[in-house]
Amino acid sequence: LDTSIAIRDSAAERPGLRRGRYVSARLLIYAALLFWAFISLFPIYWTFTTSFKTAVNVTQGHLIPWVDFQPDWKGWRSLGLSPDTIGRTSTVRSEFLLRFENSIFASVGASLLAIVIGSLAAYGLSRFEYKFGPWRNKDISFFFLSQLILPPVVLAMPFLVLYKELALLDTRLGLILVYTLMVLPIVIWIMRDQFETIPIELEQAALVDGCTVWGAFFRIVLPIALPGIVAAFILSVILCWNEYFFAALLTSTNAKTLPVMVASQTGSQGISWWSMAALSAAAIAPLLVIGILLERYIVKGLTAGAVK
Amino acid sequence: MLKASPLGDDHLQSVAFGHISPSRKNAGRALIALSSLLLLIVLLVQILYRAGSLSAGFANWRPVLYAYLIWATALGAGQVLIRGEAGHRALFLLPALLFTISLVIFPTFFGLYIAFTDWNLSSLTGRRLSGLDNFRALLHDPYYWNALRNMIFYVLAVLVQYAIAFGLALLLNADIRARKFFRVAFLLPFMLSPVAVSWMIGKSLMEYRFGPAATLARHLGWDSPAFFTSPWIARFSIMAMDAWVWIPFIMILLLAGLQALPREVSEAAKVDGATPWQSFWQITFPLMLPVSVTAIILKIIFQLKLADIVINVTAGGPGGATDTVSSFIFREYRDRSNVGYGTMLAEFYLVLIIIFVMLLLHLVSRWIRKVT
Repeated sequence: LDTSIAIRDSAAERPGLRRGRYVSARLLIYAALLFWAFISLFPIYWTFTTSFKTAVNVTQGHLIPWVDFQPDWKGWRSLGLSPDTIGRTSTVRSEFLLRFENSIFASVGASLLAIVIGSLAAYGLSRFEYKFGPWRNKDISFFFLSQLILPPVVLAMPFLVLYKELALLDTRLGLILVYTLMVLPIVIWIMRDQFETIPIELEQAALVDGCTVWGAFFRIVLPIALPGIVAAFILSVILCWNEYFFAALLTSTNAKTLPVMVASQTGSQGISWWSMAALSAAAIAPLLVIGILLERYIVKGLTAGAVK
Repeated sequence: MLKASPLGDDHLQSVAFGHISPSRKNAGRALIALSSLLLLIVLLVQILYRAGSLSAGFANWRPVLYAYLIWATALGAGQVLIRGEAGHRALFLLPALLFTISLVIFPTFFGLYIAFTDWNLSSLTGRRLSGLDNFRALLHDPYYWNALRNMIFYVLAVLVQYAIAFGLALLLNADIRARKFFRVAFLLPFMLSPVAVSWMIGKSLMEYRFGPAATLARHLGWDSPAFFTSPWIARFSIMAMDAWVWIPFIMILLLAGLQALPREVSEAAKVDGATPWQSFWQITFPLMLPVSVTAIILKIIFQLKLADIVINVTAGGPGGATDTVSSFIFREYRDRSNVGYGTMLAEFYLVLIIIFVMLLLHLVSRWIRKVT
């Protein structure tokens, strides 16, 4: 440490040097930030611009619209979503909209179900003591969290057989059930953390006033925990929206979701990059909007429970 | 049965423990017994119908599901009737518990059964128990062991992701302008579906002929920038894509940890004349250990499920160099319809994962106790 103090003293003697070092450090920080922002955003930029390119722009590697290529609706036309085709009937568009709808139903439905049963369980685990055979609260919580380890491949085949017998194969309800199972541990994790930050005295006062436990939960705890619920909900929707593995195995024609459609187009389209880009752009657009507008909640959801 | 009782001071105490009349208790017990009976009858009828000893039955097992739902509802209502207040408490936990148990127990046991059959969807003979045949085949399957070995590399890549994410978190935590913009920009890759990323990056940006990444590589002096033809480069490309998606996740956790650090500590270090380098290694990094460990373990757990990107970009190629266990089994199911064998591979992998994660958690907690 002695040497560093000596260096610092000598630097203090020459304020010009110190100032120069400060400025160069700032420059380095901003350069690194901009570099990573470029890494993060370029693929997204590339996808959106490519959806407006024609073949010649793709092969010549043009990057900036209006500067080195003239935007064209070609990609969106092949999806039936360009201005001149939007009024006409289009089989690709109705297919796309059906997949979009499936994705919305599956992800929102599963997230809602997971939030309802997950918050209840998380509240119970944070407030009461349970005994379930030899299991206590800690073991029950661990049981829920341990589901996170389970890889989808282990569940895939049994679910396929189970769903076939229950006539749930290729239905939205089937997807909702699997996705609920998938996000439930995360929801319970986030919500338990949220409930534990709420002082127990609030409910005790309500119980003294004659509230039932359910009354206290709905009238007192739930309003306070709402931001946490929103965070868990948004995170669940994102995870379900992006899920591919189960959707690829458990759905075929009716309940196929957007990622499966994107994946099935990848091979067949060959070099028609503009339509693939348009499809990818349309598939990620809702998430980009959510990410930009609700970033606060996503960060809240991700960090709940992990950072004490 | 599930019992909820008020114990301990930090748990919620209830005031009113009203008396529950015996007739109410009996009604509750009768409700549970009746619904259990209904479930059993429906189950039995369906099993006998399927076995051929009963001529009438249901077309599929859906009615059993409905009977199960009725049973679950009756169980909850019965709890309230029999145990009053304590039953109300059990009701909070019951839905999630029943849901998870019923959706996990069945697949686990049925999966174990499938794993010991020679079931192939495309074969005409149906499924037969085949004992340990699948397991023996697994031991001699070079592609499976190759996939397992790849998983080691993929898990090790988490450490690189962690290092980059830590750097980014430090940058975001520095005194900068437009922090909100950078945070949103850095987070966005995490929101995107891996399938879309597979196309956006793997199939177009890194495309050999026209992809900008390939063009850039040519400018930098790499003559034939084929990202997916030689084994190690392909593996690195997959790792890079996975890192692109997941670094924001680790970064957000670390950033939250950095923001929770007490400011006085680093300021005191500054006053004492520590260089930023010293204050990072001797103060920030040790204080961040718990968050770091949480982030790394969570990411490793997610990494063990890595599949989407591999399936959609390389399908495991070249020669299995990028295969993960999940993507390998996915192809076993989808392309070869080899259900019995694929399930054996999956169950074996699950056992390995459980041992690995348990060991990891154990070692890490011991190490942290030693360090702090």
